[in-house]
Amino acid sequence: MKSAEDTAMKISKKQAASGGPASRQGNDTLTLEGAIETVGDITVENPRIQCRNVNVFYGDKQAIKNVSIEIGRNEVIAMIGPSGCGKSTFLRCLNRMNDIIESCVVSGDIQLDEKDIYSKATDVVTLRAQVGMVFQRPNPFPKSIYENVAYGPRIHGLVDSKIDLDEVVETSLRKAGLWDEVKDRLQQPGTGLSGGQQQRLCIARTIAVRPEVILMDEPCSALDPIATAKIEELMDELSENYTIVIVTHSMQQAARVSQRTAYFHLGELVEVNDTRRIFTNPQHRLTEGYITGRFG
Amino acid sequence: MEQRTVDLMQKRLKRRYAAERRFQWYGKISILIALTFLLLMFINIVGKGHHAFLQTHIRLTVDLESDAFPAETSSTNALYTADYSGLIKKALRKQFPEVTKRGDKRALYQLISPGAGYQLRDRIVAEPALIGQAIELWLTADDDVDMYVKYTPRDMSESESSTQRLSEKQRGWLEQLRSEGRLKTQFNTAFFTAGDSREPELAGIWGALVGSFFTLLVTLCLSFPIGVGAAIYLEEFAPKNKWTDVIEVNVNNLAAVPSIVFGLLGLAVFINFFGVPRSAPIAGGFVLTLMTLPVIIISSRAVLKAVPPSIREAALGIGASKVQMVFSHVVPLALPGMLTGTIIGMGRALGETAPLLMIGMMAFVVDIPAGLFDSSTALPVQIYLWADSPERGFEERTSAAIMVLLAFLVVMNAAAVYLRKRFERKW
Repeated sequence: MKSAEDTAMKISKKQAASGGPASRQGNDTLTLEGAIETVGDITVENPRIQCRNVNVFYGDKQAIKNVSIEIGRNEVIAMIGPSGCGKSTFLRCLNRMNDIIESCVVSGDIQLDEKDIYSKATDVVTLRAQVGMVFQRPNPFPKSIYENVAYGPRIHGLVDSKIDLDEVVETSLRKAGLWDEVKDRLQQPGTGLSGGQQQRLCIARTIAVRPEVILMDEPCSALDPIATAKIEELMDELSENYTIVIVTHSMQQAARVSQRTAYFHLGELVEVNDTRRIFTNPQHRLTEGYITGRFG
Repeated sequence: MEQRTVDLMQKRLKRRYAAERRFQWYGKISILIALTFLLLMFINIVGKGHHAFLQTHIRLTVDLESDAFPAETSSTNALYTADYSGLIKKALRKQFPEVTKRGDKRALYQLISPGAGYQLRDRIVAEPALIGQAIELWLTADDDVDMYVKYTPRDMSESESSTQRLSEKQRGWLEQLRSEGRLKTQFNTAFFTAGDSREPELAGIWGALVGSFFTLLVTLCLSFPIGVGAAIYLEEFAPKNKWTDVIEVNVNNLAAVPSIVFGLLGLAVFINFFGVPRSAPIAGGFVLTLMTLPVIIISSRAVLKAVPPSIREAALGIGASKVQMVFSHVVPLALPGMLTGTIIGMGRALGETAPLLMIGMMAFVVDIPAGLFDSSTALPVQIYLWADSPERGFEERTSAAIMVLLAFLVVMNAAAVYLRKRFERKW
């Protein structure tokens, strides 16, 4: 592990090279006036997603300020921060869900496997098949459980026959840990399940498309502790095959499920580090303030 | 010492509850007033109209002597040439041999509807073998007779009867017929099977119903796809800019345009410019489409807007394209509401008179329209025409036609409710 100073130097160099503001130097910018320098290690070896100087505007309001971060393969990275800090907004940039918001403008560079996802050559439908998303509130389609899972593979033409489709549905539901609970009622509406089951159904729906990255936007905030535990267990298993980016309000959850944690504050990425390090030895005073519960 | 909140609240609490009770009473009274008027309307219409479903018939023995018919009776055309009203008049004279004076004879002939000859003709054409026999036939009575039989109690005093349109002699003949069992009132099938007529006893609403059906068919086939398509495009695909704002404002304004203006527009554009046949259901359908479109667009947009964004996000999140999202998730959820909006729009179109007057659908049309291009009238226009006629027979037929129109509206609205319940998806 490099020291914090070294890391900061590295970031500064990178930002200077990519045309970042010259004034952004040093790692101890403590005021909120002006830009905050991200501390910690934003880079990973062999990254799947690389973000450089991402800015997001809702009309005149800037929601994300100059965020740079890399996300590795098969890692679970948690994004934490107080409400309205832009972590969900940032998450939605990664599969261009912000496109559907009329006034939203995204600038900067986001690459998935070294391809710019905001370039004209990128097809947004393909991108979203590669980068799946699970939302805050369970949102199954008002169709049968089977149809919920089968919809993605069917529209993408991932299967040729009904038998294959049945298999995909079963595997996805098994992976989401829901199969045993619903195998006898696949034709019943997905909306009739309990909240936790619905959320796992949504996860099954997402992994049925076999994405490379799964984005989770506070997936447990509408669930009770038992359902939450099940989903967290599931994330653990999924991280073997998928890159998972999870936004959460619960620091305990971040600590439990993630390998790395990013702390956002008022649209800025304050600190990225190993989860253990963030929770035991935060580098930035804002991170420390949040983690110790002084604000949030 | 400071007062506690509970004590301070007490004073106002009474007034707050009183206000609540008062408001509930206002609501109940409003509903009561509305229901009273509705009930009065129904009592009035049903009271006036229910007699129209009955019609008086007179049984005559008609002697179908062979001399009255052309020698060559094999062809139908030849049969049409016979003097059927002559035969009926003869039957009447035979029934009342004591009537000899010319004036009396004319009064006697007036008991039977002028259309009775056609009834006899149709019977003979259907069954030419009857020629040469004497047959018993129930013939439609004239509307004055019908009114007399339906509205006059038998023991009516002389002074009241002086207001009758029938002379004393005619009433005498009728009483004679009645005592012989040659007079009866039965269900008025002609009302449901005939087209319009100058004679109330022969007039029916079938022509107007068929005209309304064709008109609404055109309206539905045009306004549902166009309206729903426009709503889906405007709500889901169109960029939000100045132009779509202008379109939205205009659609909203069109919904408030008086319907007669659409009639004038239809006259100028469809009939005069495009040469669509005048007073045909197709022209009426076009005009009513214009009138219904804004209603359908506005209601469809409202239900599309009400589809929760989470469903859209869910579909987009697994890589559905916008069209897939709209057509496999948003539209199915919005469809019941769209259908309801459409049926309500169609209900409005069914009851619309003014624009149809402009495009000539108020013509007096006796024939039942056979297609979209035939001259025809529509149910509300028929009501309007009958309401304008002086004969008392038309007065009750007006009310009866209103009952039929209301029945159709109720059926359509019930269908809207049923469809909404049937296709509604809960989540």
